[in-house]
Amino acid sequence: MSVTEVPFPSMESSENFTKRSAGLNLKATELRLGLPGSESPEREGTNGFSAPLKGLLSGAKRGFSDAIDGGSGNWVLSGNGGSEMGSGKDGVLFSPRGGAAGNSLALSAAPNCNNQLTNMASSVVKESVPQSPKPLNEKKPQISAPAAKAQVVGWPPIRSFRKNSMASQPQKDDADAEAKSGCLYVKVSMEGAPYLRKVDLNSFSTYRELSSALEKMFSCFTISQCGAYGVSSRENLSESRLMDLLHGSEYVLTYEDKDGDWMLVGDVPWEMFTDSCKRLRIMKSSEAIGLAPRAMEKCKSRT
Amino acid sequence: MECRIRKKESPEPNILNQASPFPDEVLERVLGMVKSRKDRSSVSLVCKEWYNAERWSRRSVFIGNCYSVSPEILTRRFPNIRSVTLKGKPRFSDFNLVPANWGADIRSWLVVFADKYPLLEELRLKRMTVSDESLEFLALSFPYFKALSLLSCDGFSTDGLAAIATSCKNLTELDIQENGIDDKSGNWLSCFPESFTSLEVLNFANLPNDVNSDALEKLVSRCKSLKTLKVNRSVTLEQLQRLLVRAPQLCELGSGSFSEDDLTAQQYSEIESAFNNCKNLHTLSGLWDPAEQYLPLLYPACTNLTFFNLSYAPLDGDDLAKLLVHCPNLRRLWVVDTVEDKGLEAVGSHCPLLEELRVFPADPFEDEAIGHGVTESGFVALSRGCPRLHYVLYFCRQMTNAAVATVVQNCPDFTHFRLCIMNPGQPDYLTHEPMDEAFGAVVKTCSKLQRLAVSGLLTDLTFEYIGKYAKNLETLSVAFAGSSDWGMECVLRGCPKLRKLEIRDCPFGNAALLSGLERYESMRSLWMSDCKLTMNGCRLLAKEMPRLNVEVIKEEGCYEGPAQRVYVYRSVAGPRRDAPSFVLAHCGPHNARGSGKGSTTWSIVCTMQPYLVCYMRGYFQNL
Repeated sequence: MSVTEVPFPSMESSENFTKRSAGLNLKATELRLGLPGSESPEREGTNGFSAPLKGLLSGAKRGFSDAIDGGSGNWVLSGNGGSEMGSGKDGVLFSPRGGAAGNSLALSAAPNCNNQLTNMASSVVKESVPQSPKPLNEKKPQISAPAAKAQVVGWPPIRSFRKNSMASQPQKDDADAEAKSGCLYVKVSMEGAPYLRKVDLNSFSTYRELSSALEKMFSCFTISQCGAYGVSSRENLSESRLMDLLHGSEYVLTYEDKDGDWMLVGDVPWEMFTDSCKRLRIMKSSEAIGLAPRAMEKCKSRT
Repeated sequence: MECRIRKKESPEPNILNQASPFPDEVLERVLGMVKSRKDRSSVSLVCKEWYNAERWSRRSVFIGNCYSVSPEILTRRFPNIRSVTLKGKPRFSDFNLVPANWGADIRSWLVVFADKYPLLEELRLKRMTVSDESLEFLALSFPYFKALSLLSCDGFSTDGLAAIATSCKNLTELDIQENGIDDKSGNWLSCFPESFTSLEVLNFANLPNDVNSDALEKLVSRCKSLKTLKVNRSVTLEQLQRLLVRAPQLCELGSGSFSEDDLTAQQYSEIESAFNNCKNLHTLSGLWDPAEQYLPLLYPACTNLTFFNLSYAPLDGDDLAKLLVHCPNLRRLWVVDTVEDKGLEAVGSHCPLLEELRVFPADPFEDEAIGHGVTESGFVALSRGCPRLHYVLYFCRQMTNAAVATVVQNCPDFTHFRLCIMNPGQPDYLTHEPMDEAFGAVVKTCSKLQRLAVSGLLTDLTFEYIGKYAKNLETLSVAFAGSSDWGMECVLRGCPKLRKLEIRDCPFGNAALLSGLERYESMRSLWMSDCKLTMNGCRLLAKEMPRLNVEVIKEEGCYEGPAQRVYVYRSVAGPRRDAPSFVLAHCGPHNARGSGKGSTTWSIVCTMQPYLVCYMRGYFQNL
């Protein structure tokens, strides 16, 4: 054995790697974990706190469709897909390709490669030396290293389970104005279901996400309802079928607002909905007739 | 093969053989009382008789890396096992550095166990993949099964738990912790039959959804031996009171949510008295969403508390201080960094017997939260009040070399020192120097140090210190540190007891990897991700050390160039046969991949039995 015979990793091969990676879709493999002030358009209006759950839930949704399509048996955490590694579809978070590429992207997005991370860190440090060691209020200078650091997979080393649990804790300190939302749990009941579920409204930012999460949660009940469709096992049920069940003629999603009235979900802007929703109910559409017009009237009378 | 092992004469005459004063049965009986793993390994080396007596009398086995041995080899050597502990994926899989479907599936083990260990009673798994089918198979194949513990596992749902509840008539322990579990419904609890009363440990704290509280209450009522009950967040204070009233004998309690909008005065006093009646509590956890006005409910239960897990309860320093006044006997404390330095000062004041502290960050990804959380002064204050501290896990955003040096001076008995400065590569925030001297102080002062996790801006000097002083070090975790290969070489050369080395994002390359050629067979595993390794380096390692499994988690179609994630571990089972397509499992030239056993292993068995014993001892001890 002689070490000298081994070709050492050269800058060249690292650069090739970088070039190859550059062709991949950065956005798709971007780690989304509660970055404050992130440029992702979907997350306007949510603070860094709820974003983790939201991003994770999107992952959870994909995992669900994977399972439905008889996927490789990946499991997702209901409501939190923190430790999910998607089977490569879209690669939102932690997908094997996305993760691997995402990781190298995160660190190679800077002009330097891994071997210069230390130098990068020290150059970052040097730039922030003039600042006094009291809490930094202004944003750090926009160098690649801090952004890359924020995007690093699996850092800080907190288990996904703990991350998810902490992300949905209500905030105790009210010093920052931005820490306004913690979790907003509302109960969800459904016709014919033996018990309630709870969802955190702040973990969604659109109706679509809410309905996807609900359909996943209540799919086990809707299956028993769908005998008419001739479906016997979960594997045969496609995602679109479930959406039909929930959004088609069979069921509608309604909510009770602060005044105690029952309204159809989806009529008012999302923020207004989360402000006023006290609990949700999945009703048979036959029972929900006449709700829609009232929702719009109420909305108008408020504004 | 088994016959060959037992009957084969060793080349040199065995004097002890002739003069053995004990019949085998007596020897087995006596050696059966040796419980410690290390002792049993030593016992097995004494001579052939002791080796056999040990293997026949052993009832429990611990396998730190499920791929280091095959179920066939295991069951062949140890015919009478009742309790198996298995660990699967590399630890960095907890942080999403290992793709899904990597492996570590329990299924193939269960199939062999069903045949060879029909009397199996206990199974404890960590970081393994467990499907519902496997759980069902387990429930149906082992009529005497008693204890199931799943920690950080994935692949199963509450359906699997239902299968366990339904069919394991003698179950005493069901411990489901921090797993990737698909929670489909709360009805699995109802699957415990009415006649079932043997449960002693029930932990479902991490299931996200509601459980059937009626079923839970009835279960707790009829299991009079229940000692540990850890419920999930969905269980309310009110429900908790009903459970406590039925189980005042509990020693370990994990509550659910610790807030309720409208507790009446009556309800409050009922809960208070329920806690008051739990005289045996030594462990308390849960306490999600804690409302400060309800914390006094806990005070009567705190007197004998030795372990307080508040890591899901973000309290502030004052609330923590008020609680800790009532916990003078605390040995282990886990908190969230919302308690800040003030809270840690309170720990130092009220918990002089403290041995372990873990501080978890409330906002690990929140860049701007500098000024919140804990700092170096909390660390120092804590160390002044708790001289017996020997285990620390500390997440912070700023640290100084001087503070760490002070801490270890106050607490020189550290065995586990895990410091995570959350900003990678961050220096001493006062002097702006690297954090080398901090960890230098740790390894110089704490001679008993077994586990170390480093962070912050670190040069090779840190690793020089580690190699020079950390002679008892067994586990080392490194991230974003070091300047060159020299750092890793120092560690590999200098730490004789090193068993687990996990490295990410460091400038260590092939030279460093290959400098440890002689070490890896005495280690459990090496993990290196996002370092400077290449495929050629890995191939060379695999070629030189054919009994190591060198696995590369690769990008698709990428057989050359950088080896981004490398996992190296010793194994007597040869390269694994279940490697998914994204894992490139290198083979040395002698290993026959198809057999899955590796011809080198069997050549050892056929020639020199004592060699086999030595080799097997090495890894069974240190797995």
